[in-house]
Amino acid sequence: MTHGPAAAAAVPGKAAGGEPLVVARGVTRILPGVVPTVLVRNIDLTVGRKELVAITGPSGSGKSSLLYLLGLLDLPTEGEVRIHGRATAHMSEAERALTRLSTLGFVFQFHFLLPEFSVLENVMLPMRALTVLAEEEMRARAGALLASLGLAEHASKRPDQLSGGQRQRVAVARALANDPPLILADEPTGSLDSASSEQVFSILRDLVDKSGKTVIAVTHDLGLAARADRRISLVDGAIVSDDWIAEGRRAH
Amino acid sequence: MNLVLHIALTHVRFRARQSLVAVAGVATGVGFSIMMAALMEGSQNDFTRQLIDAVPHITVSDDRREAPVQPAETAFDAAEIHGLTPEVRRKGIKNPLAIMASLEGWVPGAVAPSVKVQALIRYAGRDIGASVQGIDPHREPKVSAVAKQMRQGSVLSLYRATNAIILGERLAERIGARLGANLTVQTTEGARINAQVVGLFRSGVRAVDEGTAYVLVRTGQILARQTGLVNELRVRVSDPLAASGVARRIERETGYKSVAWQEAHEDLLSAFIVRNIIMYTVVGAILLVASFGTYNIISTITHEKTRDIAILKALGLREAAVRRIFVLEALAIGLIGALAGWLLGYLLTRALGSLEFKISGITDMTRLPLAYSFLHYTIAAAIALASSLFAGYFPAAKASRAYPVDIIRGAT
Repeated sequence: MTHGPAAAAAVPGKAAGGEPLVVARGVTRILPGVVPTVLVRNIDLTVGRKELVAITGPSGSGKSSLLYLLGLLDLPTEGEVRIHGRATAHMSEAERALTRLSTLGFVFQFHFLLPEFSVLENVMLPMRALTVLAEEEMRARAGALLASLGLAEHASKRPDQLSGGQRQRVAVARALANDPPLILADEPTGSLDSASSEQVFSILRDLVDKSGKTVIAVTHDLGLAARADRRISLVDGAIVSDDWIAEGRRAH
Repeated sequence: MNLVLHIALTHVRFRARQSLVAVAGVATGVGFSIMMAALMEGSQNDFTRQLIDAVPHITVSDDRREAPVQPAETAFDAAEIHGLTPEVRRKGIKNPLAIMASLEGWVPGAVAPSVKVQALIRYAGRDIGASVQGIDPHREPKVSAVAKQMRQGSVLSLYRATNAIILGERLAERIGARLGANLTVQTTEGARINAQVVGLFRSGVRAVDEGTAYVLVRTGQILARQTGLVNELRVRVSDPLAASGVARRIERETGYKSVAWQEAHEDLLSAFIVRNIIMYTVVGAILLVASFGTYNIISTITHEKTRDIAILKALGLREAAVRRIFVLEALAIGLIGALAGWLLGYLLTRALGSLEFKISGITDMTRLPLAYSFLHYTIAAAIALASSLFAGYFPAAKASRAYPVDIIRGAT
């Protein structure tokens, strides 16, 4: 594994201070089959708080697979993933679901909003699943999230009444519904035009800078990746570089 | 509202057309099965009612179920009797008035005496054998439907003339007798009287209408040549289904053969069991076909929702919760379908009940006999709900096990 400028740091993820949010140790994922396919191999990775990490690499390099493993959507064949210091390997299906619901927020390339529900209802879905807030609190919080993303006037519309960029912003609002410390974004700008891409990436940037979230985003767009704090490159399922772009930020 | 219920109901509401088709499928199954059950049970009840009405619920007669015990058998432990000709006993029920009084004390219903003799009815040169029954016009209407079956005259008309007789309508037709006709009744005992036709009845049972005539008990006793003879007691109980038990007790207490209507028509009642099997098979088949429709629609909805299932799971919904969503959708469709089916079934049954048929030979218009039973509605709804649950559970279980990563990859 190559560490660029950050190689000097003993544990890059701890640069932002405090306990690392995500730790992957020797994570390998092999798809069984007549010819087993290695999706990712021997990944060692530590991501701390308030980091915007871009995972780049050519198609089929295992970017999304790594993201799914970090997001507990998939289980490693070998190695382990720790979230918030908790080992996840032996978690039950219900525990993993609860961890996803409370600690992680997902944004996919496609918005994946439920078409039957209004924008507001879509944002409220994770809150309803967590059952912590009262109905009115959920509405207020979802409304505030939409307003902060410039979607206040679209709250009662259905997803098919919105533009692609707007839908993806709703998906970001949904990912933030339960105020998770970690947002995982799989090609969040992949299906958007450049203006919308810029807008969505700015939102992700602000989440780190202003809200103190950690964002791990898979992207093909090197221009956007350059605006991350840290860029991890994958080739054939292995990390080939892990570079701190904003050296000052790491030092901070 | 609970998230699972919220999503399930939104799915059902949002996909109104598909949901309506599914609901209509269930409703049709439930509705038609209710109608079929109403028709089958109605016709059975009608048949039973006619059967029960045509005969007294219990007939106590001086017949015996077993050969009489001989004195030698009571005197010795072992006795073998060959070639015995039992002594001629006086016919009839001994002390009928006392027995009737005793029965009236506990039997829930009414008791009436009768005298039954076989006779030859002769009119205008035609002879027809018939069972002539001496009845008490005041008591008889309480034990049989003869009063209601009178087409001309009434039971009380028996008092109008000396030796008055009421004939079955078909019997009258066969000998060509009308009301007021004077005919001759002759028995094997050698009695012969002239009787005047004072009434005609029609029970609807051909054998009865062709071969039965009613006279007063006193006239019957003259024909039997035995004063004070009563050879049959007719009992009508308030609950016809309890007739067997009452009959057994009467037989135990009086020692006379006591036959309930169920025993008299054992063969018909066993035919009812076959009918019931047919009915439930037909009704079950209708519901089964409807449940296939439900299964098809629910599994299509589930299949179409695969991507949403993946997202819900990725967001953090548990497998069980996802499964519950689709099971609830199926149950909602089943429940709404069953309720709509109840309404449809009721309306169909009412519509069938309003149809009038004219059957040759019967002057009155006839309607289809129908039974409105809460049991039919309960069974139909229970089967519809169970099949909806079945239809929802398996696609839902399959969907909930789906691996979100595979679906998300496939969708992007």
